Parts: sequence; C-alpha cells; structure tokens
Amino acid sequence: MTATVTATFAALAALFTRDARIAIRIGGGAMIGVLFFLTVVTLVPFAIGPDLALLRRIGPAILWLGALLASLLTLDRLFASDHDDGSLDLILMGRVPLEIVVVTKALAHWVTTGLPLVIASPVLGLFLNLEPAALGATALTLLVGTPALTFIGIIGAALAVALRRGGLLMPVMVLPMTIPVLIFGVAATNAAVGGPVPFATPFTILCALTLMSAVIGPFAAAATLRHGME
Amino acid sequence: MPSFVHGKAVMELKGTDLSCVRGGRRVFAGVNFAVESGNSVVLTGANGAGKSSLLRLVAGLIHPEQGSVALTGGDDELSVGEQAHYVGHLDPLKPALTVTENLVFWVRFLNGEAPPEPVSAAEWGLEAVGLGELGHLPAGYLSAGQRRRLSLARMLAVPRPIWLLDEPTTALDAAAQERLGAVMQAHLQGGGIILAATHGPLGLEGAQELRLGSKAAVQ
Repeated sequence: MTATVTATFAALAALFTRDARIAIRIGGGAMIGVLFFLTVVTLVPFAIGPDLALLRRIGPAILWLGALLASLLTLDRLFASDHDDGSLDLILMGRVPLEIVVVTKALAHWVTTGLPLVIASPVLGLFLNLEPAALGATALTLLVGTPALTFIGIIGAALAVALRRGGLLMPVMVLPMTIPVLIFGVAATNAAVGGPVPFATPFTILCALTLMSAVIGPFAAAATLRHGME
Repeated sequence: MPSFVHGKAVMELKGTDLSCVRGGRRVFAGVNFAVESGNSVVLTGANGAGKSSLLRLVAGLIHPEQGSVALTGGDDELSVGEQAHYVGHLDPLKPALTVTENLVFWVRFLNGEAPPEPVSAAEWGLEAVGLGELGHLPAGYLSAGQRRRLSLARMLAVPRPIWLLDEPTTALDAAAQERLGAVMQAHLQGGGIILAATHGPLGLEGAQELRLGSKAAVQ
C-alpha cells in the first residue's frame, strides 16, 4: 500500500516536472502569457484615451480581463499535444487515476502561466494609474481566482481532444463558464478600494468558486478525456 | 532481463469472442486468442483488417463491442493495460526535452512500485537500444528510427509482462531490427507475452499467427 502511494507521488512529480519544463523551454507558457497580458493592458488606454480618472476606475476590470484571456490562451493544447503524440495513451495505461493526472497537469499549467500573471499584475496596474490598495487587491484576487480559470479551462482543453478540434472553439466554450469568477474577482478588487460592500463578501465567494472548480473541473475533464479516447 | 515467472504461476492472456466497431464500421468480429507466458502472437492481415484496433483493445484504450480480454496469473489488482507496454505508430516524445529526460519521465510515470533508480534504468535502456551517446540531445533532433528506438527503450527500462507492438520494426535499420528480435526473444524467455502486428518477418520463433480480416469480412 505505502509503496503504491510512494510510486504514485513519484509518477505525479515526474509529470509536473515534465509539463513545467516543456512550458518554460518552448516559451509557450510563462513568457507568452505575460506578453499577451501586457499587450491587452497596453491596448486599452489607446482605445479609451488619456482619461486617467476613468482608467483608475476600470483598471481592475482590465487587469482581470487580460489575465482571463492570457490564461486561456495557453490552455487549449494542454491535452491535445499529449493526444497527438500518443502520450495520452501511455498516461491512460499508467497506474495513476486520470483525475489526479488532470489535477497535476492543471497545477503545472497554473504555476507556469497563472502565477507569472499574478506577479506581473502590479507592474501592469501602474500603467493603468491604479492606487496602491487596488494594486494589492488585484494581485490578491488574481492569486485566488486564476486557479479557478485553469480548473474551468481544463474542461475545455479536454473537449478539444474529444472533439478533435482546437483553436477558438475552446475559448468560446470556456469563457461563458468563467463569468462568475470574473464578476466576483473584479467586485472584490473594487470593494477593497472603497466599494459599497465589504471586501470579504465577494472575496470569500471568489474563494468558494475556486474550490468548487478545483473539485468539478478534474472530474469533468477526466470523464471527457475517457470518452474522447474512444 | 527481468523474469515474470513467479513461482509456478503461468500467466495467460486470453481474448474471447472479441468484436470491434470503429466509426460505425465493424472492423472484426469473433476473434479469439490465448497466449501463455513465454509465447507470442503475430497479428497479420491487410491494411484496415483491425490489427491496431485489436492491440488498442487489449491495452484497454478502446472498448470491445462484444467479448472480453482477461489475464490470469498476473497482478489481480491491475488491469491488463496497466501490466502492458504499448508501442503504437506514434512515438510519445516531447521535442523540447532531451532523450534522457523523455525516458526518465516515462520510467518514473509508468513504474508501479517505487523503482530502484529511474535514471540508471533509463540509461541502461538507452544503452540497450544504442542511444547511449545521444542522451543529452533534445528529442526533436532524432530521426524516425532513433525515435522508434527511444520508444523501445521504454519497454526495457520499465518491466511489464505484456508487450503490445504495432509494427515495431517501422523505420528501424537492419541491425536494429535484429537487436529488437533478440530483445523480444529475451523477453519471452523471461516469461513475458508479446502480441505484435506486422507485415514483415519479426524474428519471433514459434509464434502463433492470428490472421485478421478473412473471417471478419464474411460477417
């Protein structure tokens, strides 16, 4: 029993290391996500015009939208690349339950893509004339909320394998499911700067959304993958 | 080579009345086979006769429409697929990782019990297929034959009793094909089981032949 548990952890550690290494080496993960985030955040002031008061007001929303799009950008190949080169066959023939494999791959994706976005957000917030409290609140809500984006996104990533079609289909299916996360993420940030409700109210709902998606996402994605392999 | 004969227990892999439907088309029906430790089955048949489908079915990657695959004498807690190696048409390698990193990952991931030393097992596997010198090279630079050798190294580095090989000699040069023949004989002598789909000779002595297509076409 203990030997099996040890072997399972060794297998999962190996999977995490492999995915993180690939993301960092190809530059498909961390760097591309942050650069896309930077691009979105830079474009908005050009579109809106040099109204500093307006930027300060909508800044948290822009950061959240940018992070949402950037974290989905790198997600569609999460399982498709393993399916295309036959790795998914071997993963299914391993002795680790598929649900835990999915969680591990999601964690590796979040560490290489979501976490850099959280770290970059205060710097990009400066571009949007955010006050210090809002910078901190945005980073904190992104830290809590981006895992939810990954865990919801893996369902779409699994569907991309099942439907044998990637590209824009994934964001189109996944983005509607991320709306609650976006609403409460931005609401919590605005509350921290002096919104009508106390910070804790939307923030705890955001935490709950993350925990819920961490439970539902892996089971849904694993079921989709099993079905899609047929 | 590791031995899969535990005491007197002899493993038997048995497929009973298997039929398979892919994309609405019946690929084969009523296929039976039984193979014991130390023996092999060579699957032959025309393109599309269902050789690959049968191997994927035994591996548990697709489900039969009818019939079942069972292994007696193996580890009862594991499925047939979890005790088998599958080498298909695709070589599951990540071009961004080096040859060693690719193999060490699979050794760590596929090993059931805690392996003695995954890195040395992987290095031994690479030496055995003649890739020992290329361990540091990113796998993206390998030729088709070298990629196939790396897939075969996985079977040597992780001991599993059943080998499911889908045209394993593809892209291999003559020397490597000969080496593969020797490796397969050694696996059989250790009590392993091999199911291989092929169009050419594999060098497996005393293998049963399972010809797909002729019967299935009638149904």
